[in-house]
Amino acid sequence: MATVTWKGQALALAPDETVLDGLLRNGIAVASSCRVGACQSCLLRAARGSIPESAQKGLGATLRARGYFLACRWRPEGEGASELVEIADDATLPSVAAVVRALERPTPDVVRLGLETATPFAYRAGQFVSLARADGLTRSCSLASLPPTEGRAASLEIHVKRLPGGQMSTYLHDVVRVGDRLTVRGPGGDCFYTEGRPRDPLLLAGTGTGLAPLLGIARDALARGHLGPIRLIHGALAAAGLYADAELRALARVHPTFRYEPCVLQPPPSPAPASGSRAAEGDPIPVRDLQEQVLDALRGHPGVRVFLCGPPELVVGLRRRVFLAGVPLADILADAFITAAPPTPTTTTTREPGCG
Amino acid sequence: MSTLFEQVGGEPAIDAAVDIFYRKVLGDPRIADFFDGVDMNQQAAKQKAFLTFVCGGPNHYTGKDMRSAHARLVKGGLTDVHFDAVVEHLGATLKELGVAAPLIAQIAAVAASTRADVLGR
Repeated sequence: MATVTWKGQALALAPDETVLDGLLRNGIAVASSCRVGACQSCLLRAARGSIPESAQKGLGATLRARGYFLACRWRPEGEGASELVEIADDATLPSVAAVVRALERPTPDVVRLGLETATPFAYRAGQFVSLARADGLTRSCSLASLPPTEGRAASLEIHVKRLPGGQMSTYLHDVVRVGDRLTVRGPGGDCFYTEGRPRDPLLLAGTGTGLAPLLGIARDALARGHLGPIRLIHGALAAAGLYADAELRALARVHPTFRYEPCVLQPPPSPAPASGSRAAEGDPIPVRDLQEQVLDALRGHPGVRVFLCGPPELVVGLRRRVFLAGVPLADILADAFITAAPPTPTTTTTREPGCG
Repeated sequence: MSTLFEQVGGEPAIDAAVDIFYRKVLGDPRIADFFDGVDMNQQAAKQKAFLTFVCGGPNHYTGKDMRSAHARLVKGGLTDVHFDAVVEHLGATLKELGVAAPLIAQIAAVAASTRADVLGR
């Protein structure tokens, strides 16, 4: 007999019953429509249970890695004698205490925070966490750091843009000090590297503090031994905004498969000056339209996986263009920094725009 | 005699068709604007459900679903012109995947049968 746990309540499934039917029969209002695994309305996440391949058919690699499944396609009793399935409840995501360990200001508008969790905290580089101050002020921030060894406390790195009037942004820029305590909850988000296709070209593109998750994803792919070329395009309105320029150039020197392409964004209304501008060190940085640069980078790279991070006006349009250029939807992972939109189990996430 | 769904190639064929079909629809300036602000992953899942349905595959899609799903678009000016464009892309997608013409005609007929529901008549 299989048991399904939903928000702490244990429900026995009838023989041959799907998780969806079991939940509905017990009066739990789970969304559903086609009931054959096509429409994905009944997408849920399992905190426990061995999900059969058939219940994850058609889901992207990152959703599969996080334990998402289609409730209409999972008949737990068919898989094991006394299967226990626990449906994850995002309201009870782990919450851990963290201490600020490092504060670095590469530019007046960006602060890089290093946090250390007091207890073990598992996540994937590029996912985001909710960061909460003692008074409850909470924002989502993407993680540029690499996850710890399983069962260890985590060192988290986040990048925060100065946002005039943004409460959390102002706090993290002007008030917080090394040694201060915050609460970290999560993780969430599906924009991260997955193993399995080690020779794929990877294309990572973002602007501003959208670099944070991309930096995490690039470092994660390298740490996991990715073999294909990894190309990271970072755009900023001025050369001074390419705040990890030296670090990324150094990373490219160490890893021959990694290529860093800084670009100063072409301002939309007026034509750009013909000459490039110059960062603190290195070659002139071209003034370009990020969208054109991304589409150029796609040419001649079949099988490329694309990661896009930044404000929604950039990410939403770019994702559509990349898809129209021929990249399968499942190979485009995007993290748009949207404010005040409801969180969804798909790849769009919410946070204060400054909190990259 | 195998079903229409099996003749088309079953679920693997539908999976292959989704990206091609969605790309044609989204790349068509006549109808692309209707997809602004839509989550692309959720939309692709709906496209798959639709393709499964028109190819005679197993599903529980009903006219009521089609009606409610498109009600907002009808208010926004969805007409026969747009419906025809989608059916056109459906046919082109199946042709591209090597589905035989008589099968495409059958599938197009199923798609055409949803016209009243989609356009809220």
